[in-house]
Amino acid sequence: MFVAKSIAADHKDLIHDVSYDFHGRRMATCSSDQSVKVWDKGDDGEWRCTASWKTHSGSVWRVTWAHPEFGQVLASCSFDRTAAVWEEIVGESNDKQRGQSHWIKRTTLVDSRTSVTDVKFAPKHMGLMLTTCSADGVVRIYEAPDVMNLSQWSLQHEISCKLSCSCISWNPSSSRAHPPMIAVGRDDSNVTYSGKVQIYEYNENTRKYAKAETLMTVTDPVHDITFAPNLGRSFHVLAIATKDVRIFKLVPLRRESANSSGPTKFEVQVMAQFDSHNSQVWRVSWNITSTLLASSGDDGCVRLWKANYMDNWKCTGILRGDGSPVNGSGHAAPLSAVGVPGAAQMLVGATSAGRKKAQLMPG
Amino acid sequence: MEEVDVEPSTTLIPSAGFHRKHLGFEWGPGDLLVYETNYKLQGPRSAGSPFVHIVRRDEDICSPILRKLFNESHLIFVGLQKIKEDIPSKNKKSQFVSISKNYRSVIRACMEELQQNVSILLAIELIWNLCEVLFIDTAPAGSLLLHLLDWVRLHKSDVDARAREVLQSDSPAQHQSYWDVVRNTKKKLKSHHMTPLTLELVTFIKHCHYTYCRTQTLTEFEVKWRHWHEECDRCLQENTFASNRHLETICKILVGDEDTLLEQKELLSTWYHFLVTRLLFTHPTIKPPDLHYYAQSSMNMFLGPRASPEPLDIILLSAFEFDLHQVIKDCSIALNNWWFVAHLTDLLDHCKLLQSHNLHFGSNLREFLVLEYASGLFTHHSLWQLAVDYFDHCPEFGRVYLELQIERVPLDTERKAIKVLRICEDRQMSEQVRSICKIMAKRALRNNRLGSALSWSIRAKDAAFATLISERFLQDYSNKGSFTDLDLLDNLGPAMLLSDRLTFLGKYREFHRLYGEKRFSEAARLLLSLMTAKIAPRSLWMTLLTDALPLLEQKEVIFSVDQTYELMSCLEDCFSSVFQDEDIESTKTELLRLALARNLTMAIVKEGTIET
Repeated sequence: MFVAKSIAADHKDLIHDVSYDFHGRRMATCSSDQSVKVWDKGDDGEWRCTASWKTHSGSVWRVTWAHPEFGQVLASCSFDRTAAVWEEIVGESNDKQRGQSHWIKRTTLVDSRTSVTDVKFAPKHMGLMLTTCSADGVVRIYEAPDVMNLSQWSLQHEISCKLSCSCISWNPSSSRAHPPMIAVGRDDSNVTYSGKVQIYEYNENTRKYAKAETLMTVTDPVHDITFAPNLGRSFHVLAIATKDVRIFKLVPLRRESANSSGPTKFEVQVMAQFDSHNSQVWRVSWNITSTLLASSGDDGCVRLWKANYMDNWKCTGILRGDGSPVNGSGHAAPLSAVGVPGAAQMLVGATSAGRKKAQLMPG
Repeated sequence: MEEVDVEPSTTLIPSAGFHRKHLGFEWGPGDLLVYETNYKLQGPRSAGSPFVHIVRRDEDICSPILRKLFNESHLIFVGLQKIKEDIPSKNKKSQFVSISKNYRSVIRACMEELQQNVSILLAIELIWNLCEVLFIDTAPAGSLLLHLLDWVRLHKSDVDARAREVLQSDSPAQHQSYWDVVRNTKKKLKSHHMTPLTLELVTFIKHCHYTYCRTQTLTEFEVKWRHWHEECDRCLQENTFASNRHLETICKILVGDEDTLLEQKELLSTWYHFLVTRLLFTHPTIKPPDLHYYAQSSMNMFLGPRASPEPLDIILLSAFEFDLHQVIKDCSIALNNWWFVAHLTDLLDHCKLLQSHNLHFGSNLREFLVLEYASGLFTHHSLWQLAVDYFDHCPEFGRVYLELQIERVPLDTERKAIKVLRICEDRQMSEQVRSICKIMAKRALRNNRLGSALSWSIRAKDAAFATLISERFLQDYSNKGSFTDLDLLDNLGPAMLLSDRLTFLGKYREFHRLYGEKRFSEAARLLLSLMTAKIAPRSLWMTLLTDALPLLEQKEVIFSVDQTYELMSCLEDCFSSVFQDEDIESTKTELLRLALARNLTMAIVKEGTIET
């Protein structure tokens, strides 16, 4: 791996989240400077900032894109106890010439009494639904019944998880075999309610979300959680960032009788566990085909994990800061210091400072 | 069996890790975004300007020459999949061999163009060629070595050619193949006394090297060879050549004395060259199962106690041991790009070799590798189209992988969107079709391109969105007094039926067209039916009735008596239920009532008159 490009994000404070849009042509960044910036990738492959605006009155923790079927829509959540929905409006022609676009606030969701720690859109087959979780332990699911009018959102469900929630993840599967399912991670240190990951499932009959499973073996604070893309499997795969990286397999058990109500029961297996970070793990995320999992930890590294065809997991790459300071003018150290690939290395993969990759040809 | 040991490589991110503890990341199409952050949400405020770094794994798909490799191998791959199952195995084998040679010639073509940095391609072609010799183009009994000789010769000259270019050395001794050694020694032999044995030697060399196995049966050859070998041996024992060191060396070589051969290390250059040479002189009719013993010992002897084998050596050794699984595994690890293992494994799978080598996951392994390779292609702006064919030939997961990834192809232009759509439509991926059309419709609507939005909605079969856009059309009409996108509206055809509002829009436009063409009675009939058949929304009835006015005021009677009665009742319906805006409406209503009454009288008269 190598660093292909570095973009000066120009935030005045720490970046907390970066989010690609569905097609990978736009990017949103959010920061403790209370603003969100939107970047567009031009035909020349260069990234340009096309919008930058103040979104909250506190640090913005997360920013996320809605599916492009709903237009150009962003959601952000913040320490200021609110989440907000933003829509891009097509500007005047001189704006387009200047390469600027405008985003306007469609709604502010103020139900939370504490910092809103995560915000995610539900899978598109459920309609335009937004979910938040807060340090007050409540997961809130909102819906915009009229997708042409994004200023109307109604709070459809409130799920109380009792203690501080840090992350949520929707099961992306749109298969009719699986009802809508959401996983919630908690980062409290309570010992009584020790299972820190809970899975809720939507029940068609009661029209409510009910708890389907608590992962009792996860007893340390959970910082991130993410379902893998489904790939037509009958079971679900869930990755968790806690004191280590853990991947769970949830196999739905067949119901005893056709009429039995209540949420699905699962057989829970641990597919893999990695403690290479040797410290708290803060983020986990799957790539689009769920063949790679990336994790970020207290050791300052991002690690990539891959399973081979025998389902044996291995770490296939590590990213780490080089420890050099940003120099006074605010520019990164020259890129030539980091591996730039030659044509032959291309097939092998660039070697970078640190590890000598096994060479194929002798001498 | 040693494994190729690879630790994960570490990539350093510049200007990160000084103040902040953590690295944030986000997966992108073909890359990873990385940035400094602090998940503990506290920590010193930074005045610096933070960066977002784009990290890539595979850069090779961007090199134009390797792109050629991918393009051409794609054609070969697709051709291979099409080979029918029911062809007799003899014909199949020759087809597989020719496909294998095709792949290799594509690799060689790339090497030609790349000029520098070809060492990886060289290695790939070396391994592939060996696999072809050992597994695909399996030689008839006893002639394995002949093929191995060709293999070594081909690659020795490769290496020599490259070395020559780089070193520009003048000394011919550096570049002799061992054939040349033999030829040279032959010359030397001729200059000495021709004893019966030396004559036999020369004859034998000539015989052996040029007519190997071609004119004799295996057993005949073996007998002859053994006899000759024993003669040579006896000569050495009897110190026949004690007077001449050269001849003695030659004789030792011909007997396959390992130490003497090893003295020629420089000329041999690699342990597998040594192996083949050694076999030629000690065991020319070697059979595949016996190969591995000689391979292992040759490698050990050649490399010596201190040198350790390189990954390439281990891979070749696994091949000599006929351990296909190990070859594939080690290649997967040593090479970052999946091109080689995917195509080779696919070919081996077609040759039914993965099963015969007792791998439980035979075709799963093939599919795994092909999926990996194709997924990598998908992130490229034009090569993604090649990937589609690869996914098509992965029976278990190909479809779902394609569904996932094709949705993410950026729809930069209408043309590209249509290209993507066609692929989805051909495979009945109806959800992806709907989604892509919806995205395009939404984008068009945002940019106020109503016609485009409408046609995309129709293609998406999205009734709700079509209704929405139809309403916008009608709004536009009432604001501007004319329709846009006439081409589209006039040619809706059966698509009109997607939504009621769309049907109305189409029919309403048709009414205007008929009126424009002065086909008044048809227009009148259509206008009326829009109301009576309840196609038109109530809110628009006043507009329709107003449209009827010019028809009512024509000199000729257009609406019949019955039609006029119907219009009147529509007017009354309208007046009572819809508008409360009395001032304007009552004037219009009066006008209409008057016009309708007048029309009625004229119609009654017209219909009552008998034509004489």
